Order: sequence, then C-alpha cells, then structure tokens
Amino acid sequence: MLGETEVVALVQGLSRRRLRQWVQAGWVLPAQDEGGSGFSEIDVARARLILHLQRELKIGADAVPIVLSLMDQVYGLRQELRRLARAVEAQPDAVKQAILRSAGGL
Amino acid sequence: MSRLRASRHCFRGWDLSEDPYKVLGLTRQASQDDIQKAYRKLAKKHHPDLNPGDRSAEEKFKQVSQAYDLLGDEEKRRRFDRGEIDAQGMERPQHRFYREYADAGADHPYASRAGFDDFADADDIFSQFFTRGGDRFRNVRMRGGDVRYHLRVDFLDAVRGARRTLTLPDGSSMDIEIPAGVEDGQVLRVRGKGAPGLNGGEAGDALIELEIGDHPVFRREGRDIHIDLPITIDEAVLGAKVEAPTPMGPVTMTVPAGANSGRTLRLRGKGVQGRTKGDELVHLNVVLPERIDPELESFMRRWREQHRYDPRRPMKGAA
Repeated sequence: MLGETEVVALVQGLSRRRLRQWVQAGWVLPAQDEGGSGFSEIDVARARLILHLQRELKIGADAVPIVLSLMDQVYGLRQELRRLARAVEAQPDAVKQAILRSAGGL
Repeated sequence: MSRLRASRHCFRGWDLSEDPYKVLGLTRQASQDDIQKAYRKLAKKHHPDLNPGDRSAEEKFKQVSQAYDLLGDEEKRRRFDRGEIDAQGMERPQHRFYREYADAGADHPYASRAGFDDFADADDIFSQFFTRGGDRFRNVRMRGGDVRYHLRVDFLDAVRGARRTLTLPDGSSMDIEIPAGVEDGQVLRVRGKGAPGLNGGEAGDALIELEIGDHPVFRREGRDIHIDLPITIDEAVLGAKVEAPTPMGPVTMTVPAGANSGRTLRLRGKGVQGRTKGDELVHLNVVLPERIDPELESFMRRWREQHRYDPRRPMKGAA
C-alpha cells in the first residue's frame, strides 16, 4: 500500500491536489483505512494513464470518465472472452469442433 | 528524475543529461561507426589539454565522453533507445503500463462487468454464462461485487475488540465491529457493504483485511499475551506483591519468595479476549539497582564467604 505522497513521487507531473480530485471523482479507487487512502500498483498505473490521457492526448475532464469506462469495459470483455475460451477449451474434442463450426471458426 | 534536475545545476550552460545523440551531433539512425567517428572528432576538438584556459571545453569533453560511453557500447545504446536507462546510463524506473494490471484478471477495483448487465434478463446461455455470483445457472439477478479494504488495527484493539468507523471512497462511512481476538491478516466480512446488486440482487460484502500493529510491552502468541516483568532483588528474594500491566489494565500479582529470572507466572484470562480467553504469561526478570551502593556491596562480600553457589554447574562439559 502506498500513500498519497509516494504516488505523487512515482507519477511525474502529478500533484497531490489533482490526485485527490481523481479520487473524489472516482477515477482512481484507493483502498481505505484509518490512516487515509492506500494506493496499490494498479492505482499508480491508472494515475499515469489518466495523466497521459489529459496531457498528451488532450482529453478533457468531461471525456476522461467516458474513456476510462470504455477501457474498463474492454478489459472486462477480454476477461469474459478468456473465461469463455477456457470453458470451450475444457470440452471434449467433439464438442469443441461443434462450437467452432457453428461460430464460423472452422 | 530529481537526479537529472540536480545535474542541471552543476554546470552552467552544459547539461550532462542532454541527449547523447545531440551531444555527438548525430541522429538515432547513426551507425556504430558514425558514433565512433563523431566521438573521435569531438574529443580531439574539446580535449582540455588542447584548450587551455577554456573552462567550457572540459565540460564539453566530459559530456562527449559520457555520450560515447553510452552510445559506443551497443548494448547500452539499445537500452537507452528503449528508455531503460537515462543519458547517464542510470537505470530508469520501469513503468508498468495500466493494461498489465487491468488485463491480468478481474481481481482489481476497476474490473468491469463489461456491459453484460443487460444480458442478465435474457433467458439464454449467454445470460447464464455472463451472470456472476453464487447461483450462476439459476438466478439471473446479480449480486453486487465484494469490495476490499485494508485496515490497520491497534494491538490492544485487536486483543480487546473495538468499534471503528471507516470512511469509504464515496465519502460515506461504515461502522465496523472488530471482534476481540482478531489476528493479523484476518479478513472481516461486512455483509451488504460492498457494491450494490443489480436487478434486485443483494449488495456485495465489504471485505476488510486487518493489519495488526505491535506493542512495546505486550507480545502475542496465539491466545496468550507475554510480557517481561522486571523485579528487584529484594522482591525476588523475599517475595512481594507487584503491579503487572495487562491489556485490560494493571493487576496486582504475587511474586513468590525466591522467584528467579526466567520464572513464568500465569494470569488466567488476562490474555487475548474473545469466546475463549487466553492467559497473560509474566516472565520475571530480576534487575539489580542501577547503582550498587556500598552497603549492598559489603553485604555481598560477606555473604559469599559462606554461601557460594554455582548456577553453571549443569553446563559443565557442554562442549
């Protein structure tokens, strides 16, 4: 778990104030404990991504949550697809072939 | 990065962190041969011995040498080109991209339901497949996800139990009861305090992982609490009633006459609380006065004439 100060030090160009705004807006979701917010590595990577979206790609504050939500959905979809592929993979060969045929994969 | 900034102040006008390609007047496409040629030419031109009195030549020469150290070595050059090391050949922290975390599984706070929520109403195989929760194949209502939190708990709160108020990221708060006797790493589940359910499904749970701090006086072993209790020599020889700290406050205990260092006394029920109460084990430790006064010294001299004893006898022949 990392504190605000550590996250700000790790992400070049990120201010404490901005990080707080992002947490407030729900763009970054640190774990909470009595000592305040606890950030994990994925939060740091996400903060770096948001900074990149805003600075380099000039995505406005209104559009950032849309971009994040779409990205989260894509990653979610990829997880679901993997899960589905694993489920198919676990079937007997005949079933696998049948699924692939009707999906147009063969 | 602060290192780079610091170096800028060192040399007026010359910047050691400058792009080594620029220093050598080359582009990134330059061959190893070009690099060597450019270095030789510049090194000759700026060699301090050929430029007496020109302070900047020395810095320039250093800069050229450093650029060549980096680019002249094919492996270092490759690493620099990839951004793994900086212009001074120092390792750069490797930034891991967001996707490395987001794509590694669904066990993170940003995991999305990927827009499948509407599938949950349909009565087809998809709805069954994409409906998460305990009852995947029967119930299309979705239970909300569990949300993980981390909570640092004071040693004594963990021993005695406590109530705490957690502030959640959305600003709301949650009261939680820390039961007496919780252990480090234990996860408390607070029902219904996770993400809200979908389509009338119940809310998920808050999972609170506890981290229990240390205490300067008390040590915990399972259900028991251990302390080292210093006693004076007269208390050890003659016995005494002394006060011992316990997590529930100080208690008076009897030190029997002749109690030695290492002797352990048990205070029943004064250990970790909870359904089964642990004990507190008090390890006695005989402590001499800080200053040995002449009276004690002369008494000891007299005493040992008659009462010599050898506590190390059992160790004889140990090795």
